[in-house]
Amino acid sequence: MIPELGHFALGLALALALAMAGFGLVGAHRGQARLMGLVPPLAMGVLLAVGASFLCLVASFVANDTTVSAVVANSHSLKPLLYKVSGTWGNHEGSMLLWVLILALCCGAVAGFGRNLPSALQARVLAVLGLIAAGFLAFIIGTSDPFKRVWPPAMDGNGLNPILQDPGLAFHPPLLYLGYVGFAVTFAFAVAALIEGRVDAAWGRWVRPWALAAWSFLTLGIGLGSWWAYYELGWGGYWFWDPVENASLLPWLAGCALLHSAIVVEKREALKTWTVFLALLAFALSLLGTFLVRSGVLNSVHAFASDPARGVFILGLLMLYVGGGFALFAWRAQAMAPTGVFAPVSREGALVLNNLLLCSVAAVVLVGTLYPMFADLVLGQKISVGPPFFNTATLPLAVPLVGAMAIGPFMPWKRARLWPALQKLWWVALAALAAALLCLALEGVRVGPALGFFAAIWLIMGAKADFAQRIGLFSRPRAAFGRALALPRAAWGSAMAHGGLGVTILGLAGMGLAVDRLALLKPGESVELAGYEYRLDGVVDAEGANFAARRATVQVLRHGRAVVTLHPEKRSFALARMTTSEAAIHTTWLEDLYVVLGEEREGGVVLRIHDNPLAPWIWLGAGLMALGGGLSLSDRRTRVAAPAAKATALKNPAVQA
Amino acid sequence: MSDETTANPWRRRALLGLPLLAAGGAGLGFWAMLRGLGTGSYDPHGVPSALLGKAPPDFALAAPAGSDLPALTAADLRGLQRPVLVNFFASWCVPCVIEHPQLMTLKRQGVPVFGIAYKDKPADALGFLARRGNPFTRLAADEPGRVAIDWGVYGVPESYLIDRQGLIRWRWAGPITEDTMAADLLPLLRRYSA
Amino acid sequence: MRRLLLALLLVAGPAFALSDPAEQLPDAAQEQRARVLGRELRCLVCQNQSIEDSDAELARDLRRIVREQVAAGRSDTQVLDYLHARYGDFVLLRPPFTAGTALLWATPVLALGAGALLVLGLRRRRAAPVPQALTPAEQARLAELDRTP
Repeated sequence: MIPELGHFALGLALALALAMAGFGLVGAHRGQARLMGLVPPLAMGVLLAVGASFLCLVASFVANDTTVSAVVANSHSLKPLLYKVSGTWGNHEGSMLLWVLILALCCGAVAGFGRNLPSALQARVLAVLGLIAAGFLAFIIGTSDPFKRVWPPAMDGNGLNPILQDPGLAFHPPLLYLGYVGFAVTFAFAVAALIEGRVDAAWGRWVRPWALAAWSFLTLGIGLGSWWAYYELGWGGYWFWDPVENASLLPWLAGCALLHSAIVVEKREALKTWTVFLALLAFALSLLGTFLVRSGVLNSVHAFASDPARGVFILGLLMLYVGGGFALFAWRAQAMAPTGVFAPVSREGALVLNNLLLCSVAAVVLVGTLYPMFADLVLGQKISVGPPFFNTATLPLAVPLVGAMAIGPFMPWKRARLWPALQKLWWVALAALAAALLCLALEGVRVGPALGFFAAIWLIMGAKADFAQRIGLFSRPRAAFGRALALPRAAWGSAMAHGGLGVTILGLAGMGLAVDRLALLKPGESVELAGYEYRLDGVVDAEGANFAARRATVQVLRHGRAVVTLHPEKRSFALARMTTSEAAIHTTWLEDLYVVLGEEREGGVVLRIHDNPLAPWIWLGAGLMALGGGLSLSDRRTRVAAPAAKATALKNPAVQA
Repeated sequence: MSDETTANPWRRRALLGLPLLAAGGAGLGFWAMLRGLGTGSYDPHGVPSALLGKAPPDFALAAPAGSDLPALTAADLRGLQRPVLVNFFASWCVPCVIEHPQLMTLKRQGVPVFGIAYKDKPADALGFLARRGNPFTRLAADEPGRVAIDWGVYGVPESYLIDRQGLIRWRWAGPITEDTMAADLLPLLRRYSA
Repeated sequence: MRRLLLALLLVAGPAFALSDPAEQLPDAAQEQRARVLGRELRCLVCQNQSIEDSDAELARDLRRIVREQVAAGRSDTQVLDYLHARYGDFVLLRPPFTAGTALLWATPVLALGAGALLVLGLRRRRAAPVPQALTPAEQARLAELDRTP
């Protein structure tokens, strides 16, 4: 019964979404307030219907309803509750439903928070979102029905892949999808603006919070995924330049460019066409990722089941939305007369440089990801584009990007001079140089890590200097505290996000100095790595909820004193006939002591021991970046944009001539 | 902006159309890939052989202990009367079982098939052939798997078609099914026998 | 769905990328070189992993070959060429520069160049007078706007 309800709710949601799209577009076109007034309630209706459907699927998973094929394929009665719930989206059908649920949430948010938008704009934005929702609902109903029944019911489910039974992975997809799908809203805003043929400062203000929210969630999602890989996969890797990872990085880069260029639109009414393009692009890249993961056209560890029918359907949707958006762009963007002039050396100039470099990085990642597929298709050549390529090709772009990141915030709008900004940063540069030299002195000639430390300190101290200047820490120290409180949260946010990237780079630089050691130890024997002594005390059997494990006890000592006892495990999941390795990690924040249990042989066990300097800072930095985005989002000016928007039209008559 | 009108509007229009063009091109490409996935002409997982059109690497392998078939060396693949198939197999490999009947068919048709047992204990390899029938006219053992790497083998079963000049003309990674036989192998055998 | 499980099984591969300690070279510098080389080589049976990250049988064999050759004093290029001759371009995670990959390697320059041209084109077209810095009145107005909700 519950699955049928869920299925019915999906159909209802499809009808509501179509109605929302129709009423919104027609109402806004004809200027009929009555039709437009129907759109927000319809958006809420879509949210309720999709929400109900999703709850039905969760209920089926929690109840382990073995008449539902998705449950049979992915769940099991013995699974812990958390993983029964997260198993809902641990498969193709359920994850698509989650995708649409988040899209419906966005509809609800635009309907709820967008009351201060002009009603025609809101109606059009919701109409576009309705079109997207309708397409994906049709995809689910047509090709990926999560409520499909099996008869006779299975005795029990086949279980979720053990590697997915992890809290980190339970939350990774929802966060990631919040990011991907969040860009649907900026896409909808761009399409609405193109239909109206008007982009102004107010539009910049409306779009920015959505870009910020999507970007922050995407940052968290990517960070969580990378952290999961680090602790779960068991060899200390955290980023592999896998096509599917790249597919999440691409909208992140485009979104990052978007939220910076939207500032220029908001403050200077420049870069309008470009910003609209980025808003379209960010979602286009999100959809591209969805297509790549689910169509089977690429060679990736993360790829879902490939089914040509699904691939063709998603490609159709991709072409409809992306092609439609870009066609509208080609046709209508001409109408948006560019206004605003800017000097190369100015805040807006720095933001243009930021966009240029970010988009170049995105281009490299995009081309590198798609190149093997197209080389195969067009040239018949099988090539691999892997981490060595991406590292080599993006580094020369990342270096100036990071360099400019710290300088940009010191540039005033309109017209600035480089020298005063640099003068404020000389001590930052000195500190960064000191860090790099220290690294070289301690670790020998290691260019990568030294460059990383320079960049990290440059960004972190640069963000601090920016903050210190804004609150007048040095000019008027006594008033500084009050000024810090009065400072707009957006300023806190940008300093924190920039500093956060610095913290991440600090972690990356540290990981560049990571060392590891492989050793065969018998109980009582020990091995030394990076100043720590690892002593194996023994290996015993252990039992988990749905697995049996071998559990080692490893005593870590430094200068003969006990530091910590670690318990790396090897888990055997009988049901899935799989073994996973649970690394034991102890972090001192300065380094991670990371021990993995290997094979048992010759009366001993193989231990792989890693010493990963500064590793946790990679994800701490990602968290700070997302927090920075959240702080900016909580800025009063971002939240309450409408009245200010009216005023901005008057702000700068000079540039609108 | 008055100078906006003076700038070439067509250039701007072309520029604005670029994203659409790129998206359309990519879309066409993806569509071709999806079609290719269906027909088998596009396979993101296949690895082509680097040795096509070249002679096999130099090697000399002994027969597995207990085998009464002749062994296989590079010299045996030069100046042949007719094309031969070199097949890497193993008793522990499931797809090899699927492939086996097709190899037997080749044997009945008089096509010489040379077998190389990859990472297999001699007794296991011989047992596999004793149970299921022996399609091979020569049999060699590559227990360390090093000669296989020289050939560019990345999994078993894997088969190489050698023409009369002793050049590799075709490589098939994975089991030779009846479809593969009909669509690829038999036409090639006819072509290189002529 | 089975395919997904299969794919994820391959993810799980690295969890077992724990190999024989005896596999390592006794000379730390050589071992380091071998690792760097190993990260340039793709494990052919895994999806997108280097032979250093995978414990597939073939990856083990290839690691062993890399180490043997490094120990035998062969240069990095020689080692990479050895495997390239056997497995083709596919085995190299850093695609070699050929006519077919020229566009790939040119991407950073092309993207940056095209972007720079775009920015320059925009600037040339708008050869308007360089704007003045904000007047005090404008600044006050801006501050006021920032305050008003």
